Amino acid sequence: MSRLVVVGHGPTSNRLVEALLAGGFAGRVTVLGEEPRPAYDRVALTSYLAGRSVEDLTYPVPEGVVLRLSSRVTAIDRDRRTVTVADGHVEPYDVLVLATGSSPFVPPVPGRDLPGCFVYRTIDDLDAIREAAAGATGGVVIGGGLLGLEAADALRGLGLATHVVEMGGWLMPRQLDEGGGAVLRGHIEALGLTVHTEAGAKEVAAGPDGRVSGLVKPDGEIIDAQVVVFSAGVRPRDELARQAGLEVGPRGGVAVDDGMRTSDPAIYAVGECALHDGMVYGLVGPCFTMAEVAADRILGGEAVFTRADLSTKLKLLGVEVAQFGAMDGALDVTFMDPVGGVYQKLFVSDDARTLLGGICVGDATPYNTLKPFVGRDLPGAPSELLFTGGPANMELPDDAQVCSCNNVTKGQVCAAITGNGLTDVAGIKACTRAGTTCGSCVPMLKRILVSSGVEVSKALCEHFTYSRAELFDIVRVRGITTFSQLITEHGTGRGCDVCKPVVASILASLGNGHILDGEQAALQDTNDHFLANIQRNGTYSVVPRIPGGEITPDKLIVIGEVARDFGLYTKITGGQRIDLFGARVEQLPRIWKRLVDAGFESGHAYGKALRTIKSCVGSTWCRYGVQDSVGLAIALELRYRGLRSPHKLKSAVSGCARECAEARSKDFGIIATEKGWNLYVGGNGGFTPRHADLFASDLGTEELIRVIDRFLMFYIRTADRLQRTSAWVEDQGLDYVRQVVLDDSLGICADLEAQMERHVAGYADEWRTTIEDPDKLRRFVSFVNAPGTPDPSIRFETERDQVKPVLIPLEAVRS
Amino acid sequence: MTALREDLETTCWTPVCSYTDLLPERGACALVDGRQVALFRTFDGVLYAIGNHDPFSGAQVLSRGIVGTRTGEPCVASPMHKQVFSLVTGVCLDDPAVSVPTYPVRVAADGAVEVGAG
Repeated sequence: MSRLVVVGHGPTSNRLVEALLAGGFAGRVTVLGEEPRPAYDRVALTSYLAGRSVEDLTYPVPEGVVLRLSSRVTAIDRDRRTVTVADGHVEPYDVLVLATGSSPFVPPVPGRDLPGCFVYRTIDDLDAIREAAAGATGGVVIGGGLLGLEAADALRGLGLATHVVEMGGWLMPRQLDEGGGAVLRGHIEALGLTVHTEAGAKEVAAGPDGRVSGLVKPDGEIIDAQVVVFSAGVRPRDELARQAGLEVGPRGGVAVDDGMRTSDPAIYAVGECALHDGMVYGLVGPCFTMAEVAADRILGGEAVFTRADLSTKLKLLGVEVAQFGAMDGALDVTFMDPVGGVYQKLFVSDDARTLLGGICVGDATPYNTLKPFVGRDLPGAPSELLFTGGPANMELPDDAQVCSCNNVTKGQVCAAITGNGLTDVAGIKACTRAGTTCGSCVPMLKRILVSSGVEVSKALCEHFTYSRAELFDIVRVRGITTFSQLITEHGTGRGCDVCKPVVASILASLGNGHILDGEQAALQDTNDHFLANIQRNGTYSVVPRIPGGEITPDKLIVIGEVARDFGLYTKITGGQRIDLFGARVEQLPRIWKRLVDAGFESGHAYGKALRTIKSCVGSTWCRYGVQDSVGLAIALELRYRGLRSPHKLKSAVSGCARECAEARSKDFGIIATEKGWNLYVGGNGGFTPRHADLFASDLGTEELIRVIDRFLMFYIRTADRLQRTSAWVEDQGLDYVRQVVLDDSLGICADLEAQMERHVAGYADEWRTTIEDPDKLRRFVSFVNAPGTPDPSIRFETERDQVKPVLIPLEAVRS
Repeated sequence: MTALREDLETTCWTPVCSYTDLLPERGACALVDGRQVALFRTFDGVLYAIGNHDPFSGAQVLSRGIVGTRTGEPCVASPMHKQVFSLVTGVCLDDPAVSVPTYPVRVAADGAVEVGAG
């Protein structure tokens, strides 16, 4: 039986053992770890200070491995093939793997051993830094490289005024050029950190208590600090190898061949302690590859480690920083946006056709799109690629690496997709490991998935194989009125938070009575179920309808009185209404009663439904107005109130071309002309803003309403779940929607208009119906067994003379 | 109705409402010994009780989520950020490292729903 011993238990060692066991290694595997805890994810170390637990960061120890923790190996006896642990234990091996990693380099600065000086390497280091930071106000990180900036982020997170001291001329000199470093510096200083470049450390000064009190720079400046973190590079831990007479490099590192074998054929070295072809690697990707090569060789394979890609992409202090390929070239192209803090540079060959490398700060899109093209012909002119973020439809070659952390090529991803019938990114991750480490290649994986012709399922969820539009037709054509009937006849299981609200919306659009009637009540999302909007502490906000934003003084006073009497926070919304926040479920019916009695009704702010129709003051008051925008907005809002749709609907009417109501950012917007109304559709605020397109011009009021009726109903019938009009219009094509709605090319317009007429005729205020129904009212309690008791976990404090929720502290939750 | 736990005899049962107070496939919250317990009645009439506290948002809201199934397992989606929890085990099906407590629940002879907190 063969005995394999691994010295060191970090990410590389862990990957090696995993690969060995996955490959069916039959011998005994013993791992000797120096730290008191099993291997953890060092890349995510800083998240530990932000509250992530050690358990979260720790890799699971594979079954069948003997793991000895707190076991520092002190000697290797190559003749007897044993290693000796500090506690005297002797472990025999047939094959030995050194995975001893590296140790932080601490420059010989006077005072570097004072209490308050740290390195940034292990969980124990972080614990010590956190403890020292508790009574401190200032911190210094020596080293402005990748790890130094991460340490600086950690110190800042611990509340210290943080300085970064870098010997070189700019930050991250190994990954960035001067221009990139300067832009990065701007980002970091904007976060409140102080950056010193071309600066070293002359001395760490001590205070009267013998602890660190500051850092003295060579120019004599003293930085006030009680915590000093050295992050000036790492050194391979090769002392065991040296002592055992193995070959090491002139500047350290255990020399290995392409199979990760040291000068002793029974001993391998992997990870940051290994020196391959004159290089020591400090990045997780190459280290994992070394582990897999060594495992393959130990199992009898012939895997080869070649010079690894040193590309890096990361988010440092919230700033995207990336570097790939070479850091110089015959020609380069730079894109610089000093306002947005973006710096992007591509290095290309002298004929400007071959991509050699690139640098990105502030926006790493070129890293994702262009990195696979390193060493190949560029898919376009370099300047164009930088300005547009890369061509939309570029074909990657099969041998292009898409995941550099796990060394996965496009060809491997494609093979996994076709070989296993994969249909989603999760499947690619499971089969290839691509996308599982830093995740920056996930958008690329999605694109490969789509371009490999995978039919992305239209199924709504696991319960229905139909799209929303198909379900709408099934419900409409078969006259189905309940979820139970629909899922029994056309689905499986009992539904979920995806399909139930969709079916609720379809039933509501087709006029099936109050949304809380009978079985429909169980389909509604919490907002619709309580006819109010849930907010972060579990209370609700209430928004009465104020059509067109026009409101009488008496009604304004009622809203004020209700808010005062129930202790609610009030805010004018972006849609010209008033939002009342902080209502508990048991207060909702009493709040509505007061509002309904004063002539208000539900504003449907809680629903995927028509929200507001904003207006300017129009021709009545405005000296520029050419039409009555308020009158039209009110008429439209009353016509479409309560209309449920795939997504919320917003609209606005502007009384002249000055567009004060911002109608072109709405799902449908109307702008007055001298000759009538112009209708715009498919506008969108929100996450992906889009200006609405002109749909029809100079319409009379009646004609306008008929066109909107048709447009909205066609959208409601055919859009996907949660698809806004903007995406729907782009999907269908504006011309096609025009043909259907204006030219009646499908012959369905009469039907669409009739459906809208039924909606308008059948409208009833949901609040009023609810407060008049004792059965429905019984649901509005915090506790079914204590109806009068308010939820004690909801508490408020005061800010700017109004209530605000006291947030409940989150228990540690896995991210 | 079958009990969910073996230790019936040692469990202390608190009546909270009548079975018909619970709508099919909808939750309600009960206050039991100062704890907020989310009660659910699934389509087939079975009752489940889990903690009302949503570990992701910190709010006491799980009783207000949408009830359904995931690969046949009864579950509820938090109304806050839609993480789905098994009604049987309390485990978050989207992140199995997170779970909420489960409580025994039964219908007594008089039709009262009782929650066990012993």
